[in-house]
Amino acid sequence: MSYSNELYQQVILDHNRKPRNFREMPNATHFCHGFNPLCGDDITVYLDVDKDNVIQDVSFTGSGCAISKASSSLMTVHLKGKKIEESKVIFDEFHKMVLGEFDPGKSENHLGKLTLFMGVREFPSRIKCASLSWHTMIGALEKKAEGITTE
Amino acid sequence: MPDSGAVLARKPALDVDKIRKDFPVLSRTINGKPLIYLDNAATTQKPWSVINRRFKFESEEYGTVRRGAYKLSERSTQLYEESRRKVADFLGAASKEEIVFTSGTTQSINLVAYSFGRRFVNAGDEVVISNIEHHANTVPWQVLCEEKGAVLKVIPVNDDGELIMTEYDKLLSKKTRLVAVNHVSNALGTVNPAREIVRKAHAAGAKVLIDGAQSAPHMQIDVRELDCDFYTFSGHKMYGPSGVGGLYGKMEVLETMPPYVTGGDMIVHVTLEKTTYAKPPSRFEAGTPPISQVIGLGTAIDYLNGIGMDKIGEYEHSLLEYGTRLLRDIPGLRIIGTARDKASIISFYLDAAHPHDVVTILDQDGIALRGGHHCAQPTMKRFGVPATARASMSFYNKYEELDALAASIRRTIKIFS
Repeated sequence: MSYSNELYQQVILDHNRKPRNFREMPNATHFCHGFNPLCGDDITVYLDVDKDNVIQDVSFTGSGCAISKASSSLMTVHLKGKKIEESKVIFDEFHKMVLGEFDPGKSENHLGKLTLFMGVREFPSRIKCASLSWHTMIGALEKKAEGITTE
Repeated sequence: MPDSGAVLARKPALDVDKIRKDFPVLSRTINGKPLIYLDNAATTQKPWSVINRRFKFESEEYGTVRRGAYKLSERSTQLYEESRRKVADFLGAASKEEIVFTSGTTQSINLVAYSFGRRFVNAGDEVVISNIEHHANTVPWQVLCEEKGAVLKVIPVNDDGELIMTEYDKLLSKKTRLVAVNHVSNALGTVNPAREIVRKAHAAGAKVLIDGAQSAPHMQIDVRELDCDFYTFSGHKMYGPSGVGGLYGKMEVLETMPPYVTGGDMIVHVTLEKTTYAKPPSRFEAGTPPISQVIGLGTAIDYLNGIGMDKIGEYEHSLLEYGTRLLRDIPGLRIIGTARDKASIISFYLDAAHPHDVVTILDQDGIALRGGHHCAQPTMKRFGVPATARASMSFYNKYEELDALAASIRRTIKIFS
């Protein structure tokens, strides 16, 4: 399977226009605020995790560029129903993929559609845009009350 | 130098095609497209004369300055001081000793905040800045005021991005020690009425720092006519090397100020008990300075003088007017910063796309411009945007490049809508 290095693919543009799970979650068991002071991207990620550590629901709110918004949206779609341990593995694969340290074309992975973000590795200034929501999700799971910043 | 007064757009006063040949980088391509460099407010490209001067200096003439008694050092010292003379003449200073070389505007402002500020600003005193400063002219004053128990006052701006001068009048009082404002806003392009600001501050008994990072490259500066006490600038924004810039200070003010960084070259006499400080500017130039950069800066000033600052200002203003007309006609584009008196900076925001997405798409078309908060977050907040995209023009830009910019912006809107 080959992957495109194009940054703004149709699916990404679509999730930017119509972000999925873009809502607050009043009964969230976990949430965290994420901020990129360099560009002003500002998001909050909410999770509802049950007693078996399964993510029953995940959503986000906030503002940012197309990459950060689409990445947040696709993340929420991908993580719903996953176990916490699985989501940490996916975070790790995603993070390494956008940094250019993990090639989903060559290794078995759990990324599914998220490989759409492979092209981000060609745009070093945009890596933080793609990974902000993921860091924030991990921050929520780790109950980081002070929030996450990229700097 | 007039603070305001629109220069009418005319036929190019400059032979831009000839000028462009002086800048080697302008003939390269980016992503297979000719480079269109529109990030001149961040940093400017270098002409061959500056590149070659530094190459010749470093390959044939390089030595330390102000301390060696051998040929290379004497020659380097001579060139270094010639550069100081060129800067002084360029800014209209009374003497070359009023020019202190620093690493750039940020260090120049910090020098004033630490040296002048720590000596003359006390608890209960006030420092005045504006709502459209970059962080380099905001944070040093916040730190100073916090440390001294002084109060930082901020001149508000109207919706066009112009300082509200009647509010400025109200901020001035006997408590005001220093007013620090930019001459030209890097985020909006507003040209501030520097002379009026200085006159009013002096009437209140305060000193004035004019941050000239964005004005020195674009207009004729005369610090004596402005009557400011300090004027700061960066070499890399005026076609010179990075790592060098300067501070102009009135001699009678510089003489009252203690050293900022201490060490070698800023002393007259050192015993283990006591040090006698050198006169300005040496007092503020501790250690070995960026010698080659200073000499390159002198060459950059020669280059600007060769074209003429009046012609540069006039042509850049015509670029501003042309670009503003083009961008204003694009639906869903909002220009942030619509002051009557502007330098060649157009900041804008698209309904359809975030500034970072805009600059990524434009880069694919070979167009380099800045997307972000321009190190001026309070300014962005004032205008209710997280960031803007910013096209900042130089005398080496062409009208056709602005046509390409407008086309690329329209393409961006289409992609994201």
